[in-house]
Parts: sequence; structure tokens; C-alpha cells
Amino acid sequence: MIDRRRFLAGTAGLGLTLPFAARAFAQGSAPTFTPESGASLRLLRWVPFVPAEEEAFLAITQKFTDQTGVAVRIDKESWEDVRPKAAVAANVGSGPDMVMSWFDDPQQYPDKLVDVTDLGTSIGAANGGWYPGIESYARRGDSFIALPLCAIGNAVVYRDSHMKAAGFNEFPKDTAGFLELCKGLQAKGTPAGFPHGKAVGDGNNYAHWLLWSHGGRMVDENGAVVINSPETLESVKYAMELYKTFIPGTESWQDVNNNRAFLAGQVSLTANGVSVYYAALKDPAMKEIADDMRSTNLPIGPVGESVELHQTSTISIFKHTQYPEAAKAYLQFIFQPDNMNAWIEGASAYCCQPLKAFESNPVWTSNPIHAAYAKASASLRPNGYAGPLGAASAGVMADYVLVDMYAEAVTGQSSPEDAIANAERRANRYYRV
Amino acid sequence: MSVSAAPPPRASRASRGSFFERLSQSRNGLGLLFMLPAAVFLLCFLTYPLGLGAWLGFTDTMIGRPGIFVGLENYEYLFRDRVFWLSVFNTLFYTAIASILKFALGLWLAIILNENLPFKTFFRAVILLPWVVPTVLSALAFWWIYDSQFSIISWVLMQLGFIDAPINFLGDPWNARFSVIAANVWRGIPFVAISLLAGLQTIPASLHEAAALDGATSWQRFRRITLPLLTPIIAVVMTFSVLFTFTDFQLIYVLTKGGPVNATHLMATLSFQRGIPGGALGEGAAIAVAMVPFLLAAILFSFFGLQRRKWQQGGND
Repeated sequence: MIDRRRFLAGTAGLGLTLPFAARAFAQGSAPTFTPESGASLRLLRWVPFVPAEEEAFLAITQKFTDQTGVAVRIDKESWEDVRPKAAVAANVGSGPDMVMSWFDDPQQYPDKLVDVTDLGTSIGAANGGWYPGIESYARRGDSFIALPLCAIGNAVVYRDSHMKAAGFNEFPKDTAGFLELCKGLQAKGTPAGFPHGKAVGDGNNYAHWLLWSHGGRMVDENGAVVINSPETLESVKYAMELYKTFIPGTESWQDVNNNRAFLAGQVSLTANGVSVYYAALKDPAMKEIADDMRSTNLPIGPVGESVELHQTSTISIFKHTQYPEAAKAYLQFIFQPDNMNAWIEGASAYCCQPLKAFESNPVWTSNPIHAAYAKASASLRPNGYAGPLGAASAGVMADYVLVDMYAEAVTGQSSPEDAIANAERRANRYYRV
Repeated sequence: MSVSAAPPPRASRASRGSFFERLSQSRNGLGLLFMLPAAVFLLCFLTYPLGLGAWLGFTDTMIGRPGIFVGLENYEYLFRDRVFWLSVFNTLFYTAIASILKFALGLWLAIILNENLPFKTFFRAVILLPWVVPTVLSALAFWWIYDSQFSIISWVLMQLGFIDAPINFLGDPWNARFSVIAANVWRGIPFVAISLLAGLQTIPASLHEAAALDGATSWQRFRRITLPLLTPIIAVVMTFSVLFTFTDFQLIYVLTKGGPVNATHLMATLSFQRGIPGGALGEGAAIAVAMVPFLLAAILFSFFGLQRRKWQQGGND
């Protein structure tokens, strides 16, 4: 655990004095919030994937309660259930005061959320600025309707020995080389596997990487559906080639299946959060897998740059709260550098910082496996790129339009062209053409 | 003025007293009074949500945004939506096959349990277990049983040398459909079996004895005595069974979430996916409302097709 003083001293030595000087100045102008008398808060959050992350979060919350007297009750829900619960709370105007939600959830009910522009602006200015991709999830025009909390980094995890046995000394950087590696792994009986089932997180991460790395987009800047493009067709054809190298059964994979298959030694390569590494590390029986495990970013496609979806979480305050000032004070407290650093460190590379000032958190260099996850916030593209975020982008993802498009084509249920046309029709429904 | 306008207090009390008195003496009045709580409950928790759901189906309501009336627009889109029609097919197929299997196996089990077996009570209790276990837990167990890599069924068959690679239970569309049907049948048999067993026990043993004395075979006794007398129970049990199966959600949601490529999406799961995570409350409600005609047809078939048979009242069909 690092404290603020040690963190400042360490980062000053790394040449980061300037941003911190700016932060000190900005903090002087940061808004102050006085919790309402007798205030208490309820936060709905996702069930933690890394126990130490929750411990750190609870410690920060306890510190806030000790300093302000505001009790904060934290309710946890399975991460897929946060969306419906939060949506109901927003709709009926009752329930938790704050929600730690996913992707573009805040964009579905912006009118039900407290404007936190004052917080978003001051915290961003004080901490080197928000990463643009993750910031867009929390913004509505010039306003902040939520505060970006983190990106859950997604990266390729693979067995080093299996890669070498397949004839590769280094992990390929581009999609063509990646396909060759997967073919090599399959030939050695140690195949790769990516989910083509209804996997909200991993399935969407994989599908969006396939699309974006080949230059495809769901919609253009104006929200017009442009999925039916030559680039998308190339990405589908590439997915079909990759699928041939996978372990059988990936059409039914949900979010947990790739972890299980990797940890059981059934697949040698998949993409996941860093939690899969810690699951192997804490089990002595899996020491061999943990020692052999490496991580890297998904390869770069014809588009020429690293582009990934990653899961993102924001934290927002419902308008129905009786204690908006207390809630704002709580959020401000969480984002204080010493607290945010402690939380990021506790999350053991599972949660990637939303603010550039925290790039130098020691967690990213404490273990080589963490390095691939450090860039999640920087390489992140928002859902529904390049269009506006909102109910349409959220709906398209929740209805598995992109995931189904690839699954239809790779399983041979539809031709690539037909699968794309079907995705176009379904997306148009959400973007109301 | 005020004195002349106000009715005498004594008269008011008398009139109130006589009202309650009359009510307490009125058979119809008391009947209405006693039905009132149930009526209020049904209106609040059944009629209102159903009405609201039907209304939402005619709007473009999104989560967090009140909708406007769009007429049949949701239904028009669904009419052209192949995922919706796939879910309709899946729902009908799932309901038909699962209900037939549950009925056949449940009736068979009930007849066995109706015999004088040793440890009869024990077996009757054990049969109920799949029904008692929460659906989500049994669904999770089936999730492992059907896992594409770790299935116990695949493992056993591989150990015995029958297959070389694990069966793709939930990855292949037809395998997935039959797998979820098998899980539903496993879970639903106890309800059918125990209910039919209760029906079987109401059939007087003397009828069977008389028929046996007349030389009737066991098949003839089943066909001419058991089945006719059991039909009213079958009608009720199968109506409920069909309704439960048609509206199944948990099993599918845990096992496949509608995959692979929507091959196991039922109307209920598609309605949830579009309405709640997808935010399209209007469209989700329209899918849910589209289930109503099918449900009504199932109920009407059960009641008019099975229950009101003339021969049950001694006439001919």
C-alpha cells in the first residue's frame, strides 16, 4: 500500500512534477461539498472480481464515513444484473443513491442522473485529464452525467511454452501473424478459443476487436448504421478463418467458459481480464500454468493501430437521492489521488485508471503480466464507435448484434454477407432508420 | 339554514347501521365483500401490470425515457424480424416436445408409484427432489453437465470409447435445443407425476377389480378406466405444465442465454433481453404480449379439448 506522500515523492523522480504541480493548483479551485445533515448513502456496485479491490474500496469508504459521519451502504450485484437493477431504479425513482455501472448505462437515462460537471472538470484537470474513450461514456455534450471509474482491461493471455512449441518465439503483432499462430497451436493440439456465445464481456470484446481492427464500424459519426461495408466483410472472413483453429464449442461460451478452459489447460490462448492469472496464481495445482502464462494486447489489424472495446465502469448519482451533496463529496473523496492509487493497486491490474496521472501507479510494473492491461484506458474505443453514445449503442450491444453477426457466419448458419445484412437490419432498429 | 339542512345524527347512525345490517343479511352483498380483497389484489397485481404491458407494446418507451404511442409499429418490426420468429419457433418446439415428454414420463412414473412398491413413500419423496431444487441451481448443474469441455456425459462416453471428442451440447443449435428440453423435462416431471398420482388414487380400486374379474387386460383397464377418470386431472396438470414451459426463463438464461446464435431463445428470454438490458421496453413488452394468444390457445385447448368430453358425463364423443 502506498500513501500519498510516498507516491508524490516517487512520481516526482519520474519527471511527473509538472502534472502534480498543476493538480495542486487545480485542487485549490476544486468545488467543496458539505454533506446534508443526517445523510446516508447507498451504492449499487458490481460484485468484485478481485477481492483486494473490494477491500481497498471498502477501506476508502470507511475512511470517508469516519471523516464525514456519512454512512455508505454498498450493495453488490452480479455484474450482468447491475444494468437492469440500475435501470429500474432510474425509472421508478427509488433505490440506491449511486450506481457503479457498465459501458453506456448512464447514457440510457441521463435525465435521471445528477449533473457532476463540476466534479468531472475539476478532478480531470487536477489529475492529468481523463482518457478520451472512457470519458465519453460519462459525458453528455459538455456535461458530465457520471464519473469514469475504470476500464477493465482485456488482453490476450497465452501459454508461452505452447506458443514456442508452435514455432513462434515472439507473439505476433499483427492479425495475419496471429492467425498463423492459432493455426500452429491447433496443429500441436493446444488450440486457442474465443467466445462466440452470449458472453456480454468477453464476447463483445472479441467481436469489437475483430470489427475495429479491420476498419469496420457499426455507425458513423452521425449515428447512421454503416456496418455493411467491405471492411466488415473482411473482418467476418478473418473471424471464420480464426474460428477454424478454435477448440470446439466456443459458440456456447459465456463469460466464464474461456477462463475455465484456459485454467484447465484445454486452450492455450484466449483473451481475458487479469483475473484469470490470479485464479491460477492462488491455486498451487495451477502453478505451472501461472508460471507459463504471458499477456499481450490483441494484435493490430489492417487499420494499423491498437483498438479495443474493454469493459468500462462509471459511477453516477441518481437524481432521486436525498443527499446529492453527500454523494458528490463521496465521489470526490474516492478520486483523491491517495485513495484512487490505493484502489488501483488493490485491484491488481484488473481496473485500469481513468485519469492519466495514475499511469505511473506501481501496480503496472510490479508484475510483467500486468503490462498489457496498463494500456486499456488509452487504447479504448467507446461502444458504438464512431457514433453517439446512448440508448441505441447500449441496445445494440445488449442485444448481441455484433456477437451474433460473427457467430452466424463462423458457424455457417448464414453467409458472411447475410450475417452482416442481418446485423445491419437489427442495428437500424436501434438507431431507428 | 344549516340546522335545517343537516340530517339528524340519530337518523344518520340508524341509516348506517341499517346498511351494514342489510349487508350482513345479504347473501350477494357478503359475497361481494368477501371477494373484494381478492379482486383488489388481482386488479393491482395482475390486471394493471398486464394492461400496462399491453399498453407499453404500443409505445416506443425506452428505459429512462417515457414513450409515445406508435400503434402497431413494434409488432410490424417483429413481424419482419427473423430473430423473433426463431424465438416463436423455439418456444413452440420447446413447449410441445417438453410437455409431451413430461406427460408421458410423468404418467408412467405416476402409474409405477401407484403400485404397491416397497419403500413407496421414500420413492414418492425422492421423485419430488428435482421440483424442490431451485431452478437456478439445477440449471447450473446442467450447465456443467452440458459444458463443451468438461461435460460428465462426454467424459464417460469418451472413457467408454464411444466418442473421441466432447459432445457439443450447447454449441450446436439442435443439440442445444434438445439439451435444454431434457433439462426442462427433468425438472418438470415431478409436478406431473405427483399430480397424476394424486388423481390415480381417487380412482376406486373396485372398478379395476371388477374389470379384472371380467377378464380385462391391464392395457384395457388403463385405456377404459384409468385414462377416462384421469382426464380431468390431466387437463388441469397439462394446462399448468404447458404454461410453465411456455414461459420458462431461468433455465434458458443460465444455460445458453438464448445461444448459440439465438437457437434456444424463447419469447420470454428475448423479451427480457430486448426490454431490460437492451432498454427497449416497448419492444420487449410487445414480444411478451405476443405470447398471450399462444397461451390462450393452450388453455382453451386444454379446457375444451380435454375437460369437456361428453363421455365423461356418460354420453358419446
